[in-house]
Amino acid sequence: MGESAILFKNVSRHFGEVKAVDDVTLEIHDGEFFSMLGPSGSGKTTCLRMIAGFDRPTLGQIFLYGQDVSNLPPYDRSVNTVFQDYALFPHMTVGENIAYGLMIKGLAKDQRKKQVDEMLDLVRLTGFADRKPSQLSGGQRQRVALARALVNHPKVLLLDEPLGALDLKLRQQMQVELKAIQQRVGITFIFVTHDQEEALTMSDRIAVFNLGKIEQVGSPADIYEHPQTSFVAGFVGVSNLIGGEVAKRITGAEDKFSIRPEKIHLSSMDAKADADMYSATGKVRDVVYLGLYTRYLVELDGGGDLVVVEQNLKSTSMDVMKSKGQQTRLMWKKEHISKLGG
Amino acid sequence: MLSRVSTYLYLRPKLVLALLLVPPLLWFLVIYIGSLISLLVNSFFSLDSFTGQIVREFTLKTYAKLFETSNLQIFARTTIMAALVTIACAALAFPLSYYMARFATPRMKTFLYIGVTLPLWSSYVVRVYSWKLILAQEGIVSWFARIVQLDGLLDWYLSLPIVGGPSLAISSTGVFLVFVYIWLPYMVIPIQTALERVPKSLIEASSDLGAKPAQTFRNVILPLAFPGVIAGSIFTFSLTLGDFIVPQLFGSSAYTIGRAVLTFQGTSNNIPLAAAFTMGPILIMIVYLLIARKLGAFDAL
Repeated sequence: MGESAILFKNVSRHFGEVKAVDDVTLEIHDGEFFSMLGPSGSGKTTCLRMIAGFDRPTLGQIFLYGQDVSNLPPYDRSVNTVFQDYALFPHMTVGENIAYGLMIKGLAKDQRKKQVDEMLDLVRLTGFADRKPSQLSGGQRQRVALARALVNHPKVLLLDEPLGALDLKLRQQMQVELKAIQQRVGITFIFVTHDQEEALTMSDRIAVFNLGKIEQVGSPADIYEHPQTSFVAGFVGVSNLIGGEVAKRITGAEDKFSIRPEKIHLSSMDAKADADMYSATGKVRDVVYLGLYTRYLVELDGGGDLVVVEQNLKSTSMDVMKSKGQQTRLMWKKEHISKLGG
Repeated sequence: MLSRVSTYLYLRPKLVLALLLVPPLLWFLVIYIGSLISLLVNSFFSLDSFTGQIVREFTLKTYAKLFETSNLQIFARTTIMAALVTIACAALAFPLSYYMARFATPRMKTFLYIGVTLPLWSSYVVRVYSWKLILAQEGIVSWFARIVQLDGLLDWYLSLPIVGGPSLAISSTGVFLVFVYIWLPYMVIPIQTALERVPKSLIEASSDLGAKPAQTFRNVILPLAFPGVIAGSIFTFSLTLGDFIVPQLFGSSAYTIGRAVLTFQGTSNNIPLAAAFTMGPILIMIVYLLIARKLGAFDAL
């Protein structure tokens, strides 16, 4: 990755007593699909609004391609936003909405029309220019909002939970489409979401936010496979957290660890663990059959619980139910366990 | 007993609907539409000038009278006054409403809301009379003008034709001022409501797309608030068209529609002419609404 598109230098944003963003330092690269992931109130949207210029940092600086934009108004930044509620102008047609930025720039009408048509093709809404936003479905409005932002060729496109209002099917379809559009136009996308699956699906890199701070920045695989804090381990996917006595018994160290349920394998009591594996014994207390996979809750012999997920590749619901109450040996590769800080 | 009634009604939703709708519909059809029809019918009758009796035969004679120069002047005078009052109310109400909708703290907003509507709590006549004290020859305005030594300017202004008069309290300027005062709340409330309904994200989106605040105002805020301005102007315009008290108290001898109607039906018992006169404002309002629709006032509704 080359140049930095966005640079946060010790940025804080206080609302009265509340530190919505607390001393965040972050670099986002040119051409990257970058996600800010976190629960509501974690500061991710405030960060986005500061990049857009709707909010200004209380402390610190924000750079856009090397230029300090901390105190520039939104209309002086080469950044465009797709809003959570789409924010389409209800009194304008789809075409007028998309052409708005070009009209403000003073582009001639025929040139505007040409670019609007190109954008409508890009978001697959050809021929919709004369409709009103109120005549469109949620997914179509979403595309109009995207086209209205992209037509200005911003250096960075900001997306504020744009898929939140769509139903599951449409959301998954838009995830694929957004990623494809991003690769086609090659603009840096910054995507805010509270949906970990969305972030994992689309992003080149993810920053996980919690309580105004960044917990971890990394690729989706990095974040999922090697969470560095118990918050990340718990927020992104499901994780078993072990520590204290239990951790010492299994690993020999008393630190905090996280292990993903699908990395653990159930085997018979007499199975032998390889040298690169940890193992523990316990009793299956609960079995939940979920079609594609089955979730087991195993009570470890020396205390503590582990959740294990196994795919139902060969087993049927009858088979898996039989394991309830039985003694079992759990094994997993040492590399799949992550030591947590904080 | 009571539960039997409710069960009976529960099983007959249409009866419930009928019970709910009959009283308002009766009121609307009989009293509201009925009186309008009665007006319309009366406007096609005429007055026998010799006996002073109403001749109940269809004629357009009464309407023809409306087109006499003196009556046309009444219509023109009243319409111009109503238009000016409406423009002034909108010009005053917009910034205030804008502040209330966008910037005021909830506390300040409540305070301003009460401030704007407070005059409506007291009697119209009392408020109008209090303006007599303000505008009279020895009233507050001329007293203040003397203090700041602008009484010369005031006298010069009052000597002008049309807008002037013996004092502010007897001039079309006085009528104008009092109208703007009493109808202002009817303009502030709908504009404020319309502005309040413009989502903040639309304003942010506009500035995000490169529009400076003035461009955002012209391209986004104003068009979206326009239906509110139209709603307010329907109040101020029609209320001014029909009012007879303010012109009576503050105006010169020149008639307005309201005063004319009052005189025709009260003093000279010419109900047909009064009725025909009343059709005037209704027609003017219809034309006004058609123009407003043409301008796109109702597009964003």
